[in-house]
Amino acid sequence: MGEALGLAVGLVLSGDADLLQIVLLSLRVSLTATAIACLVGLLIGALVAIGRFRGRNAVLILMNALMGLPPVVVGLLVYLHLSRSGPLGFLGLLYTPTAMIIAQAILITPIIAALSRQVLEDLHAEYAEQFRSLCLTRWQTVQALLWDARYSLLTVGLAGFGRAVAEVGAVIIVGGNIDHLTRVMTTAIALETSRGDLALALALGIILLVIALGVNAAVQAVRMTAARQAYV
Amino acid sequence: MLKTSIMASAVAVLLGGAAWAQDQSIIVQSTTSTANSGLFDYMLPIFQKETGIQVNVVAVGTGQAIKNAENCDGDVLLVHAKASEEKFVAAGFGTIRTDLMYNDFVIVGPATDPAGVGGMQDVQGALVQIAEKGAMFASRGDDSGTHKKEMALWADTGVDPLGASGTWYRETGSGMGATLNTGIGMGAYVLTDRATWISFENKQDYVIQVQGDEDLFNQYGVIPVNPAKCPSVKADAAQTFADWLVSDEGQAVIAGFKIADQQLFFPNAPRN
Repeated sequence: MGEALGLAVGLVLSGDADLLQIVLLSLRVSLTATAIACLVGLLIGALVAIGRFRGRNAVLILMNALMGLPPVVVGLLVYLHLSRSGPLGFLGLLYTPTAMIIAQAILITPIIAALSRQVLEDLHAEYAEQFRSLCLTRWQTVQALLWDARYSLLTVGLAGFGRAVAEVGAVIIVGGNIDHLTRVMTTAIALETSRGDLALALALGIILLVIALGVNAAVQAVRMTAARQAYV
Repeated sequence: MLKTSIMASAVAVLLGGAAWAQDQSIIVQSTTSTANSGLFDYMLPIFQKETGIQVNVVAVGTGQAIKNAENCDGDVLLVHAKASEEKFVAAGFGTIRTDLMYNDFVIVGPATDPAGVGGMQDVQGALVQIAEKGAMFASRGDDSGTHKKEMALWADTGVDPLGASGTWYRETGSGMGATLNTGIGMGAYVLTDRATWISFENKQDYVIQVQGDEDLFNQYGVIPVNPAKCPSVKADAAQTFADWLVSDEGQAVIAGFKIADQQLFFPNAPRN
């Protein structure tokens, strides 16, 4: 552990170009996937939160169950579609960062949708009468809820990002762990583990953890700044 | 005026460069030993400098590499399971298979050598002894080239290890490195290619126990994926890469790759 920590610090201080590229790709892939998943997931979450329709309970169970989607299964499904012999093979997306973004977005959209549904439904229960008295349309209700719950939803987004940046099963299948092209932190860790270089693998793990910390701290800072301004 | 034309040519270079770079990259579906040992890291920059072709390597087990290539998700196949490779070509997925290089398999085990196979050359004899003693043996169990080799060796012995699956015979269902990590953790014997073993960094107290049997020969082959079957294949660049690998120069580069003064792969492409 001590060796790995030293290695991690040394790697960061050396400003290793390969490491920087891997870190930046990890961030690019997982942040983009999170953004896409938020667009889709928040909308689904909000619509289900305020909707009253037949089969709603089944939808809730499905949404919650899909939070447990195994990354390997998502990776396989995306692979089968993007493979040259698959229906979307003509796009030539397999083994590109785009394929990795698609896989991670699919993986975490259910998480965003299910968690935001819970947050928004609770909030809606609080405001339902007020909304009714204002005669808001469904779309206006969704907007008002999303805006009001924005700080809680940031945490939801972070949960999604955390899952995306930490998974290896999906990106290694659809990205191929190609050096200088689709290698991200988790696939690099898997590679060094299989090479038996456990200290380096652990060092990369520590760096990944620090990156996740950084992203969370940045979001927290934004949240606090915004909260302060709101009360000025 | 001058400014405009400079801008225009800069744009042209940028666009042209981008298009060119895209055309000049191929995907190699490869077995893990060639990638994990560092052979590609050593060899590919030399090839790219000469030809401008960038080679992107997807390193998976031989079984998965062949499957991926059959799905047209690669331009060149570089694996080590001759029978499967010949089937791949016969089915029309590959143009032609060429012997590229070889090394050998070894059985590694803990220094304490619970089955007493240390120094044996007869690999089938060693396997029988491991089975009789019920000493732990970790198998890849993943249809990779190494796994196919192991199953062929067991078939020679007449012992059916699958009957002991979960007891002394343990199938990890994962790559060579992962299986070595697991096997070493359990104190199990493991069949591995020599290149992966030499470059493996978590050996602990493990040593090579069985080596030198000619049945442990490990042949690597290279096959360009057939454009007739896979129109998306970059056939010219793939052929250039395959040709370079078996050329005098490519073969010399393979022979020159060493870790701790040990040569990992021995070129043996047919001379013509």
